Amino acid sequence: MENPPITIASKSKAEKRKKSSLWGQVLQRFLKKKIALVGLGFLLFIFLFSLIGPFFSPYATEGVNPTQINLPPSSEHWLGTDKLGRDVLTRLMFAGRISLTVGVGAMVLSVTFGALLGILAGYYKGIIDQIVMRIADILMTLPSLPLLFIMAAVMSEWKVPTEQRLYIVMLMLSLVGWPGLARLVRSQVLSLRERQFIQATDALGLRDHRKLLNHLLPNIVPLLIVSGTLSIGGAILSESVLSYFGLGVVPPTASWGNMINAANSLIDFQKRPWLWIPPGIAIFLTVISINLLGDGLRDAIDPNMKRR
Amino acid sequence: MSKALPLLEVKNLKKYYGDSSNLFRRNPEVVKAVDGVSFTIEKGETFGLVGESGSGKSTIGKSILRLSSITDGEVLYKGQNIHKLSKKDMRNLRPKLQFIFQDPYSSLNPRIRIGDAIGEALIDHGLVDKSEIRERVLEVLDICGLAPYQIDRYPHEFSGGQRQRIGIARAIILNPDFIVADEPVSALDVSIQAQIINLFSDLQKERDITFLFISHDLSVVEHLCSKIGVLYLGTMMELGSRDQLYGNPLHPYTKALLSAVPVPDPTLKRERIIIKGDIPNPADPPKGCKFHTRCPIATDMCRIEVPEFREVEANHFVACHFA
Ligand SMILES: Nc1ncnc2c1ncn2[C@@H]1O[C@H](COP(=O)(O)OP(=O)(O)OP(=O)(O)O)[C@@H](O)[C@H]1O
Ligand code: SF4
Ligand SMILES: [Mg+2]
Repeated sequence: MENPPITIASKSKAEKRKKSSLWGQVLQRFLKKKIALVGLGFLLFIFLFSLIGPFFSPYATEGVNPTQINLPPSSEHWLGTDKLGRDVLTRLMFAGRISLTVGVGAMVLSVTFGALLGILAGYYKGIIDQIVMRIADILMTLPSLPLLFIMAAVMSEWKVPTEQRLYIVMLMLSLVGWPGLARLVRSQVLSLRERQFIQATDALGLRDHRKLLNHLLPNIVPLLIVSGTLSIGGAILSESVLSYFGLGVVPPTASWGNMINAANSLIDFQKRPWLWIPPGIAIFLTVISINLLGDGLRDAIDPNMKRR
Repeated sequence: MSKALPLLEVKNLKKYYGDSSNLFRRNPEVVKAVDGVSFTIEKGETFGLVGESGSGKSTIGKSILRLSSITDGEVLYKGQNIHKLSKKDMRNLRPKLQFIFQDPYSSLNPRIRIGDAIGEALIDHGLVDKSEIRERVLEVLDICGLAPYQIDRYPHEFSGGQRQRIGIARAIILNPDFIVADEPVSALDVSIQAQIINLFSDLQKERDITFLFISHDLSVVEHLCSKIGVLYLGTMMELGSRDQLYGNPLHPYTKALLSAVPVPDPTLKRERIIIKGDIPNPADPPKGCKFHTRCPIATDMCRIEVPEFREVEANHFVACHFA
């Protein structure tokens, strides 16, 4: 049996500081992951590009400009213009805002639902567990894209105003996103329950909310961070697919998905690649970067955590 | 005989683990982890529960504090049946009944500073004003031999022995009447074991706490306990005062366990008895006397008839046909 030395005081200051917080250790491990840092760098770039970029653009995202239709890239319009004469680069930035918002928003919602329901199911077991997990099973066995298509079709049928579709899409994505997360959280909670420090909370007679929020939740936060990060990529991809088919975010609001859709005629595809290549690259880079970041976070947070 | 009510009375306690079959293993058999155990603990006494791994010691400790459910029997604390209390009454009683865990490495939440871990139950039960918490935590840290500056540290910054001190501090800050200490030193280095055992004996002297001290090691129990029960496969084999058990062990199992304990005085040589074989599968314990597969003096009768747990001398009980 290995026993660390008793006298902490004799250790050097630097070592003490380093050891003092678990998150400090995580950060140190993370900074060693070059690929994850590249992913983080790309993401930061895309975020800044979408959030701040529009302020440096002389063009508006909406409105028709009949004199400037379908221009190829030039020094004035770096990525050319589309069939309504709008600057593609500017639209790409605004679309980024929407796509990132949907991705992050859907992640926040599914992490919230997934964590809450997973903790309740894992902690209380019994009937709550049965109900939550059966619903999760059903949602997980249904293939998510067709499900999203049906929901989106219903949304279109109900004539949801364009501005609100964004939020409905987030909700839809989180509806298919939470079951997987709830399962992960539940199984983590089930294994935590067997740990002595959770049994200790029983022995101390702590109230349920304290057990759940102070003891269980902090121990699943790493899982939530990693799964949450990775789920943003999936959400952005699903949103793009929906929007490409005109079922997600619809024009005039730009999203990367519906920008690609604008190029679905053969002529546009062959002759005007500036219409679809930039949003395609944006989606691709964003999703790849998120996955690299998520993998790096997972390895940094818990070197022993199993790969999915 | 009008004795005062004992602090804790365990009557015919049974805990069966039923469906232990799972995806990988079909096992319809029932494990009788605790099979009808009875004993009483008087106020101020330290009761030692001894037995090999798997004999059901932790199960008894957890059942007594209602940290796990029971199959049958009663646990009476000051006359009230713990397993019949309402959730609210049980919570109010919790601070009085504390548990110290076997594994100091898993009994502290890695994400909570030890000051918070020790103080949070006081806050949660509203026992102390928020402004006094820190003071109270520092006080028990001192009692348990930890330094004040360690209050804001995380568990991973401590050694095993220190963590066990933290576990003890977390329990005694609530001023409990009764503590179950489940092999509190077995995970520690021998050199550190002695320090923790000394801490327990200080607590016995300075505070009015009754202990159930669980151990697989009779030499540890000898230092601390006034009354000792010897457990084998979920059944109590012998029960008596320390002097009765060490001076006049009656059960062959107790004798064998004692013969393995090193004696400080070499002139007092005990006859060394080796127990043969392994512990039987708890899911399929031997018929008759559960110990007969390993007993050096077992007879045919032992294989058929379960020996009665009888009082051989005052307060000295034994389950053996030939004791
Ligand atoms: N949750 C459980 N489910 C099924 N069987 C269990 C469970 N907990 C304990 N057991 C079984 O009950 C018996 C007694 O276990 P217990 O943990 O009480 O033993 P112990 O005396 O504390 O042993 P140790 O010295 O190893 O801690 C063992 O056979 C064990 O396999
Ligand atoms: S009853 Fe028989 S087998 Fe059991 S301990 Fe006594 S002598 Fe040994
Ligand atoms: Mg045990």
